[in-house]
Amino acid sequence: MTSITKPQIIHEGMARNALGLTIRDYEGRMSTLCAGCGHDSVTSAIVQSFFELSVPPHSVAKLSGIGCSSKTPAYFLSAAHGFNAVHGRMPSIATGANAANRELSLIGISGDGDSLSIGLGQFAHAVRRNLNMLYIIENNGVYGLTKGQFSASADVGTKAKKGEVNEQQPIDPVQMAMALGGTFVARSFSGDKEQLIPLIKAGIRHNGFALIDVLSPCVTFNDHEDSTKSYAYTRQFFHPAMHADFVPPAEEIKTAYDEGEVMTIELHDGSRILLRKISKDYSLNNRGAAIDYIRSHHRKGEIVTGLLYIDESEPDMHAINQTTKTPLNDLPFDKLCPGGEALETLQQRFR
Amino acid sequence: MDPTKTEGTEYFHQVVDCQWGCPAHTDVPEYIRLIAQGRFTDAYMLNRESNVFPGILGRTCDRPCEPACRRTRVEDKPVAICRLKRVAADNRGDISDRLPTAPKQKNGKRIALVGAGCASLTVANDLMPLGYECVIYDALDEVGGLMRTNIPSFRLPASVMDEEVGYILDMGVDLRLSSPIESMAELLKEGYNAIFVGSGAPKGKDIDMPGRDESDRIHIGIQWLESVAFGHTEKIGKKVLIIGVGNTAMDCCRTSLRLGARDVKVMARKTRDFFKASDWELEDAEEEQVEIVVKHSPKEFVIEDGKLVGMTFEKMEYDLDEKGRIADTRVTGEEAFFPCDDVILALGQDTAFPWVERGIGINFDKWSVPVLDEVTFESTLPGVFFGGDAAFGPKNIIWAVEHGHQAAISIDKYCNERPLDERLPRGVNLQSAKMGIHEWSYSNDYDPAGRRIMPHVDLKERFKKLNIEVELGFSVEQVVTEVERCLNCDLQTVFFADLCIECDACIDICPVDCLTITPNADEDTLKKSLKAPILEPSQLLYVSAALKQTSRVMVKDENLCVHCGLCAERCPTAAWDMQKSSLVIPYAIDEAREDAAKCQAERKAG
Repeated sequence: MTSITKPQIIHEGMARNALGLTIRDYEGRMSTLCAGCGHDSVTSAIVQSFFELSVPPHSVAKLSGIGCSSKTPAYFLSAAHGFNAVHGRMPSIATGANAANRELSLIGISGDGDSLSIGLGQFAHAVRRNLNMLYIIENNGVYGLTKGQFSASADVGTKAKKGEVNEQQPIDPVQMAMALGGTFVARSFSGDKEQLIPLIKAGIRHNGFALIDVLSPCVTFNDHEDSTKSYAYTRQFFHPAMHADFVPPAEEIKTAYDEGEVMTIELHDGSRILLRKISKDYSLNNRGAAIDYIRSHHRKGEIVTGLLYIDESEPDMHAINQTTKTPLNDLPFDKLCPGGEALETLQQRFR
Repeated sequence: MDPTKTEGTEYFHQVVDCQWGCPAHTDVPEYIRLIAQGRFTDAYMLNRESNVFPGILGRTCDRPCEPACRRTRVEDKPVAICRLKRVAADNRGDISDRLPTAPKQKNGKRIALVGAGCASLTVANDLMPLGYECVIYDALDEVGGLMRTNIPSFRLPASVMDEEVGYILDMGVDLRLSSPIESMAELLKEGYNAIFVGSGAPKGKDIDMPGRDESDRIHIGIQWLESVAFGHTEKIGKKVLIIGVGNTAMDCCRTSLRLGARDVKVMARKTRDFFKASDWELEDAEEEQVEIVVKHSPKEFVIEDGKLVGMTFEKMEYDLDEKGRIADTRVTGEEAFFPCDDVILALGQDTAFPWVERGIGINFDKWSVPVLDEVTFESTLPGVFFGGDAAFGPKNIIWAVEHGHQAAISIDKYCNERPLDERLPRGVNLQSAKMGIHEWSYSNDYDPAGRRIMPHVDLKERFKKLNIEVELGFSVEQVVTEVERCLNCDLQTVFFADLCIECDACIDICPVDCLTITPNADEDTLKKSLKAPILEPSQLLYVSAALKQTSRVMVKDENLCVHCGLCAERCPTAAWDMQKSSLVIPYAIDEAREDAAKCQAERKAG
């Protein structure tokens, strides 16, 4: 929380994107989170990503549930649509929004409490239906808004600020999404924007459900020495497996790579993800092997990060349900609601 | 890069661009804050400490602070620093008990000061409280020097000057007016302990051109202004040409309008970008319908039947290079005639020392400028000091004041037989501005308001009398807005690398993207990896020591910072703090105390 609003200063050196907008046009209201909260960095990475992709802010809908994380949509893209759902129910609202207007770019922000405790069922089904959205979990291992109780993602053995030790197994959203057939699964860290920003951009452009589990330290309740989700611990045990670079459509690939080092994945809109292996024995194409890798490193206390699984070929919710290409909110009313006779005819088919 | 050294005075002083730009290092942000709090008397006294004449300078200063003002990095116009100084002067309360006083017991040393202008007065201001007896000589019958004779009364009312000069004279200065010094050799014989020459640059430049000597209607600018100031000249012809386009030219054209001229043209050889006059003085003249004619070089005075009827000019052309400098000058061959009744030459001025005999030990260079030590202002004859325009040629009031301060230190050291060049260094004090959670001892919110426009007396009204002050001063509403435009550059962002947990909070919140955390590298690489591009390579770059968790460094481009303090508010570990820096400038009185202490120590030792 800060005493004044961020001054609106457009200085000479400020870049403009393809729409002629500055990064200020992608910001939101002043954050009321604690100073130093990882979530504010994630917000900043989201702002940067949408700015660099030149997404018109009004073509985005931001959705969230309850918790510190779920406050953050207020802090970016003021000009976007937004919905703050009840606790853990954001995926349902997102499903409805996507069903009604498939052209909206959906970004859901959730936390470890919102997605892995009260909203676990909703989260699982959103993955399963391959809802076309970017779903970010700001994961800090504690319930910050209620003074720092362990959440479902707290590691065994990690200590709370007042000393009690967690003994329950953590739920890892990454492993869970992989097991549920997720088509874009990534993990990153709020303190590493170089890794995070390309992942967010790729996630926005992925056709289907894109999950990014972002370790985002709670500076107030979970940034002490015995925490496994502090800034210092995360930096020390951060284990990047696959680095992703995002290249928009029609843009040349500028970074030079050694031959055979990089795998290119083309997304539906023509943009590409360049995947570079950082850990030699990581296998991106095999769900089972990937999960094993993540588990074995987790046992060593290491946090495997990067774009950990991607599959562009799976159909998204609209494709599975064979819906019309026209967004429902653009359909003329007589088509959207063809009347009693049409209903009668439809019902006849089931008799 | 190595971590930036912020110890010592240089780093933090330079961040406060206005104070760095002011020759006398006036503490601008602090006095603006005092004005904001309605503490006009305190603001006045703070000003007086460094610049001695806040009321005069608040109307007439050349304002080197304003082009330096950081506000111009985020918008077009700087803070109206100079006119805020006038606000402090106009609204101050009784200061009589806060002025320096001279001790009853004198120290027995007598100083002669030649010229009763701002340089000599500053020396007297600094030396009288130390017990010196100061004798000021001036050829004219009024005190003030150039401030009296060359600055027209519609810009600087006599009452303002009398009051501020009076503060100094009232300490008991022995002022001897109408007493021209005609021989330095004679003055040296009078037994003064030291002599200070603050006689200004009283000789207006002339021009050698056909017709120059054939009319009495061709005037030399500064002499003509002096003659107006003393009431000897009360009118001028309808059509007047001013030759030259410096600040004196602006005073001459505006004065002409008040003495009956109806058509005044300022004739310039070059184009506007090369004018010597300050922008604001040009604007004020143009508001009064003075026409400025560019690219005309004077060729001759046209005299018919012994009467000046006009001047001919050669038309000029200039080629500019890509940096906007003049690459080539051409005379087009075309000529133009401008009819006129009077011509005023405002071509600059020179020092004049016909009264300083050569061969008595005071050396002059080939341009007849005295050879001086640039720090102590001592001439080649020990005990004789120069300051103001008399020292290094014509500058301005604020430079003369600074010369005066420095010369006063030298004189005191000279009279006490201490080495002149052993001077106290400047210092910087830092003090945290944190008052509580998100509470600072300064107004940290950025106000996007534009510069307030100084209200002027109506165009018809102002010409009725010569001494109607044109500028009315800021209204209360204008002051309230203008003070908030100051970016408080003296509230320094101080970084403690060992406290940083690299959470990026400061980087994400910075409204001007002036912070970056990046792997350390050489200067070029580092400069390329900044979040916002470097716009002013001359400005400072702060590089921290290696950060604890990743060994990267925090880099700050001082150029862009608006001192809003959000980095410090967002920092969870107080690795950033806003700290008020105050510059400690030694004056004669501080040096005297230091010298006295040293003297005592030496005596004890032995």
